[in-house]
Amino acid sequence: MAAPRERIVLAVLLAPATLILGVFFLLPLLIVALFSVLMPGLYGGVEWAFYHWNYGRIFGWADGLMEIFEPIYLQILLRSLGFATLTVLLCLILCYPVAFWMSRLPERWRLLFLFLVTLPFFSSLIVRLYAWLLILRPSGLLNQGLLALGVVDAPLDILYTPAAVVLGMVYIMVPFMFLPLFAAVDNLDRSLVEASFDLGATRAQTFRKVILPQTLPGIVAGSVIVFIPSVGNFIVPDILGGAKGLMMGNLIEQQFLSARNWPFGSALAMVVMSVVLMVLLTMVARSRRVRG
Amino acid sequence: MTALLEIRGARRRFATPEGGHIAALDGVDLDVGGNEFVTLLGPSGCGKTTLLRAISGFEQLDGGSVRLDGADLGALPPFRRPLNTVFQSYALFGHMTVARNVGYALEVRGVDRATYEREVGQALEKVGLSGMGARKPSQLSGGQRQRVALARAIVAKPRLLLLDEPLSALDRNLRQQMQLELKDLQHRLGIAFVFVTHDQEEALTMSDRVVLMRAGRIEQQGSPRDIYRRPRSRFVAEFIGETNLFSITVERIEGGLAVGRTAQGLALWLPAAGLRPGQSAVAALRPADFTLEDGDIAGQVSRSVYLGSDLHLFVRPNAGGPEIRVTARDRAGAPEVGTPVSLGYDPAAAHVLEEA
Repeated sequence: MAAPRERIVLAVLLAPATLILGVFFLLPLLIVALFSVLMPGLYGGVEWAFYHWNYGRIFGWADGLMEIFEPIYLQILLRSLGFATLTVLLCLILCYPVAFWMSRLPERWRLLFLFLVTLPFFSSLIVRLYAWLLILRPSGLLNQGLLALGVVDAPLDILYTPAAVVLGMVYIMVPFMFLPLFAAVDNLDRSLVEASFDLGATRAQTFRKVILPQTLPGIVAGSVIVFIPSVGNFIVPDILGGAKGLMMGNLIEQQFLSARNWPFGSALAMVVMSVVLMVLLTMVARSRRVRG
Repeated sequence: MTALLEIRGARRRFATPEGGHIAALDGVDLDVGGNEFVTLLGPSGCGKTTLLRAISGFEQLDGGSVRLDGADLGALPPFRRPLNTVFQSYALFGHMTVARNVGYALEVRGVDRATYEREVGQALEKVGLSGMGARKPSQLSGGQRQRVALARAIVAKPRLLLLDEPLSALDRNLRQQMQLELKDLQHRLGIAFVFVTHDQEEALTMSDRVVLMRAGRIEQQGSPRDIYRRPRSRFVAEFIGETNLFSITVERIEGGLAVGRTAQGLALWLPAAGLRPGQSAVAALRPADFTLEDGDIAGQVSRSVYLGSDLHLFVRPNAGGPEIRVTARDRAGAPEVGTPVSLGYDPAAAHVLEEA
């Protein structure tokens, strides 16, 4: 037990963070949880009555009169999870080899490249996504280039497709994957790799049995940091995705801002949060088992 | 008898940050017998670690060859070389249990379960770690980790074991104990050890042969006694143990003995072999070669360092010149600072360096 004085100091030091998280995170979350089981008001807002049909609309026990079950909500949820998973995988494939390459560079080059990785943060996300819009549109840079090179005969319709959404998400998420991954790879003890070779393990065996488990914490951290915002992302599908690129984030945004159905939006948000939590807990538990 | 390991003309150059080159290995020839304990000894940067890494395959040679059992290793990647290494940092796999660490070489070869269990058990037993298999390396002490690294390296029964300063992280008592255990283990396994160290005491304690390296070359090699008693050069004499070096000019030869005199006029009796009057030479005498009485080097104790069973005395000769270091037993009547002494020694113990 800490001495009284130390406890007071600790309390004072932790108070700001506790206060901010409590007021601006926990409280809104509780409000969302509460709204998700209340009746939507006629012109927005809520009626103070218990109302489980919000979840019924999503999962299939709607009454069929006031609220109608639409499987599209679950489909969009699955699509969001799929897009997010794909984003994680692509980021991982892009970043893992680069992390190894960079960890072997001399110190000053490493710092330069680390700076370059964080460079996108210096400009607005919206601006950068509009730049992709200009690149991907039929008369955009990409298509002009491909046409000029004779790779394609007619402009590709990339914009407003799921591919454009995933591309955009990978683009904005790469730094978040790279930094924890690089930290893990850079910390990898080279003598472990040498020991593995010395004991007769081939390159593939060394990768599977030593390098992968040793860098797993970085892989898990990067994946989690990329996965969570990806599932709920609404800006990328808003700008680069068409009807087929709609994600949960867009749906929730629409419920709050256009349909003015706060309780249904809240219910959707709670579903996303539960699913993400379940995915993460499973992932963390599995990676613990792998590491033993 | 042909050697197990044959190194011929090994060369390796590294670029320096200033744009130049340094030769880490500058034409090294070395043979290691089938069950020999060879120590590569030298100051840091002498090339001993580069030589070890060239044998294990982690360093490519610019020139020369490395042969094991007659087969050229040059083209083989490290994982195809039939030898194993104990790393300085142990390099244990932290995500695996002790048993899996030890069994790694068997695991990657895909040996059957029964053989695997048996060999891992035996290897752990050989290093005195039976029953520790289920632990993680992080739950072991430094000495125990050292043993795990050792067990892991011998589990696949290599003909040659390379050890890269494996004892440097241990405290003194444990290190001395491990030195004896390593020597004993090498004897029981009947395989060759190539041991890298910068600690001359370690080298003398364990080795069948000491290979002293300097600036990418082998300066001298021989049995520990040989290299201690008959150093070829000033560098060897000063690197291996403490020594007193006297630059002398030979005055005359009397029978089997020569009389040399230092610039300060101190006269020394030396074995005459190979010396001619008028010749300059460097003579070496170890601190333990001196007695404090009945000699003909008169001097005064200027400093005294207590070492437990021994005393380390610094004697300033009356004739002048550098202080002479003398080891004396610590007992009643041991001379104190200021005591006049007359140092004596057996002229046969004096050694004249081949190179000044």
